[in-house]
Amino acid sequence: MSQTTVEPERGKLDRFSRAAASYVDDRTKIGVLVKEFGRKIFPDHWSFMLGEIALFSFITILITGVFLTLFFDPSMAHVEYEGSYLPLKGMEMSAAMASTLDISFDIRGGLLIRQVHHWAALLFNAAIGLHILRVFFTGAFRKPREINWIIGFLLFVLALVAGFTGYSLPDDLLSGNGLRIIDGFIKALPFVGVWISYLLFGGEFPGDDLVGRFYSLHILVVPAVILLLIGIHLVLVFLHKHTQYPGPGKTEKNIVGQPILPVYAAKAGGFFFIVSGFVFLLGGIFQINPVWNYGPYDPSPISAGTQPDWYMGWTDGFLRLVPSHWEFVLWGYTFSMNLLVVYIVAGIFLGLVALYPFIEAWITGDKREHHLLDRPRKAATRTGIGAAGVMFYAVAWAAASSDLIATHFHLSLEGVTIFLQILLFVGPVFSFIIAKRIALALQKKDREIVLHGSESGYIVRLEGGEYVEVHNPIDDGLRWKLLSYHSDYEPWMLRPNAKGKIGFWRRTRAALSRFYFEDRIEPVSQSELDAARHDHKPELNTGH
Amino acid sequence: MAKELENPESADHGSALIPADPIKDPGLPPHHTRVTDIHPSKERHASRVVATWFWISMIMSIFATVAYFVWPIKHGDLGTVRLSTTLLGVAVGLALLSIGLGAAYWAKHLMVDTELVDERHPTSSDEETREIAAEYMHLGNVESGFTRRKLIRNSLIGALALSPLPAVVMLRDLAPADDPNVLLKQTMWKQGERLARDPSGTPIKASDVTLGSAFHVIPQSLNKLHGAEMLNEKAKAIVLLMRLKPEDLKELPERKGWSYDGIVAYSKVCTHVGCPVALYEQQTHHLLCPCHQSTFDVTEHCKVIFGPAARPLPQLPIAIDSEGYLVAQSDFLEPVGPSFWERER
Repeated sequence: MSQTTVEPERGKLDRFSRAAASYVDDRTKIGVLVKEFGRKIFPDHWSFMLGEIALFSFITILITGVFLTLFFDPSMAHVEYEGSYLPLKGMEMSAAMASTLDISFDIRGGLLIRQVHHWAALLFNAAIGLHILRVFFTGAFRKPREINWIIGFLLFVLALVAGFTGYSLPDDLLSGNGLRIIDGFIKALPFVGVWISYLLFGGEFPGDDLVGRFYSLHILVVPAVILLLIGIHLVLVFLHKHTQYPGPGKTEKNIVGQPILPVYAAKAGGFFFIVSGFVFLLGGIFQINPVWNYGPYDPSPISAGTQPDWYMGWTDGFLRLVPSHWEFVLWGYTFSMNLLVVYIVAGIFLGLVALYPFIEAWITGDKREHHLLDRPRKAATRTGIGAAGVMFYAVAWAAASSDLIATHFHLSLEGVTIFLQILLFVGPVFSFIIAKRIALALQKKDREIVLHGSESGYIVRLEGGEYVEVHNPIDDGLRWKLLSYHSDYEPWMLRPNAKGKIGFWRRTRAALSRFYFEDRIEPVSQSELDAARHDHKPELNTGH
Repeated sequence: MAKELENPESADHGSALIPADPIKDPGLPPHHTRVTDIHPSKERHASRVVATWFWISMIMSIFATVAYFVWPIKHGDLGTVRLSTTLLGVAVGLALLSIGLGAAYWAKHLMVDTELVDERHPTSSDEETREIAAEYMHLGNVESGFTRRKLIRNSLIGALALSPLPAVVMLRDLAPADDPNVLLKQTMWKQGERLARDPSGTPIKASDVTLGSAFHVIPQSLNKLHGAEMLNEKAKAIVLLMRLKPEDLKELPERKGWSYDGIVAYSKVCTHVGCPVALYEQQTHHLLCPCHQSTFDVTEHCKVIFGPAARPLPQLPIAIDSEGYLVAQSDFLEPVGPSFWERER
């Protein structure tokens, strides 16, 4: 029976697809997966590409990294450099540095792959950062995606670790000074600091063990964990199905878009080549990390304007912003508050980022699943908080260049530093207020447009001498998008519980809820719209 | 209007507002057909564009392969490194990019682009599955007696908790047996050790140090060491030597004998996180660390006048020997470099 119904269907398939599918399926039952995922729908939006950029730059890093391992010698044994870069010829350096120079000057394509690897790492970190911001500002972290937010957060941290361990491998002057800073930073920790540093470096700084140790972290442990987390991240994306932006016909219960086969296979598959091709162009044309200019590591020399790679900048900026003399001795033990405060501040910042989805869920008490994204303006307080976070990060990041800002703009270093110290705390407050007010103003504007249509620019004088602007009606699809009912919340009202008490948590939650949702713009209802249409201002061609 | 906080968990949607009188969702907008769907000539054109991208990719891959051999690196000639890198990078980049652009163009202009709608289902498994899962967990518990047999369970937890301990201990031999707290408190400097130029190691006479000059200094015997041993010692022993007018120095009475005729020597390792404090401003007698801009005033025993450092740079007591060379009177009298927990012990 079923044979006869299936046959004509299968007859429509081309012979190759059928043969290939059945060969593999006979041996793996993969048809179940293809049936499940082959025509899975993905929504379309440019901002969904940010995560893909991160993924594809990571794959580029893996491929170029494998090539580099074939030539790199992760050893700090001291050798005399005998390669073809004349200014360093005959100099004593570690085998790591010498092989990095060989990769750069004596192996065809070596410099290219090194630079592609480095550029891709910079892009990887940048794309992760932007992807996190997209997810934050659209509320994509809400139930059921909180776990995926945590995984993404861990990936953000691991990308820093991957970047820093790789940056340290060439054992050049710049990376050695970076390690020197890490060494001093670790030593400040109470009880364990000196021991962690001592064990990490295999003795005193700099020793001759670190490159080998970072190498196994950098090429094995960290990428393996990153791959594992990316795997889970993507499985969860498939499981939840992708979020979508609000629009006509899009609901919490559906997903509108195009299928993996063939559209997204082509778009995402092609996008891998666009990202990797772009990074190869960068690596071919623009120099990055010219270690031969810095020379091998030596604890004594250093150059002004020393900078880490951009993604480590915010941590270095915190180090610079601490005021002088923050250290005290108690019971004979040294409390290096000038460094410990950086652990505390960066820890709180990262902790808030990691836990934000749970905090917001507690405040709203909303236990539903959310698949429709918020337009950032509709979640004004969250948008303000995000802007404050961005400002905080940005000030710390800018502080890592305080000396360059001072020299380029002919300002005093002290002035720039003090300004940034103040801005670190004041800036986020202003960012919050401004972003929230802009978001609310945009909501107001949307409400106007929903009620009265869009401004046409035509001013008409009525018979009574009154001037009015003509508004053009908007289409139903745009109106629906502007309404975004799904993003509307109101504050909890504080009432005592059954025992007539108002507990601390209840009070806190109500206060936070007020902070979030007190300023809100009521979305337009059908009766409001009808009323507005009824006593509507004249339209250009009605002429009364 | 505001919702009560009374037992918020019972309200599934929390403080979200469910509109009472909403405007209706107009539903999916009509599908827009593309020119390539209507005009066969446009479709043919688009497919030619896609094929052209793929052809460009092929040409670029072949070009990159040829360029690898035709423009090799001549050892010692940096121009050939640049040429090889640029040609390979641009060719491989364009080869990859063209595949991507071709695929994207194909998807955008030729592949069927009607919007499809999938239904979403709750992420959680259905009630029956949840029941069965809970049942299995329950059976696992009952049949093993995991919660009932407390002695076994707690012993297991104890065993598991202790099992990583050897792994932690085994990390001890990552570093030699010495106590790092002792090592951090001593450097190569000792009584009579000559101050020498970094990196040549030639000793410095007091008469070489003219007013206003600054020297980067290492112990003379440092260069007898090699490799990591040398770097480890150098990382602690580097010193900056400066000569100021004696009247410009505001010296503490107990340190009067540590300088020689306006010549002072201070550790070059920043007390913040250990960068070399390498920038000397001759006019102001300030030392600046280029990493985090800690600034030290040489005239007042290198006290911190700006930046995140907390402590002054340690001073190396110096004198001259019988031949007029500058020598150390002793090691530093306090640990150099960044602070650590047991620094004062």
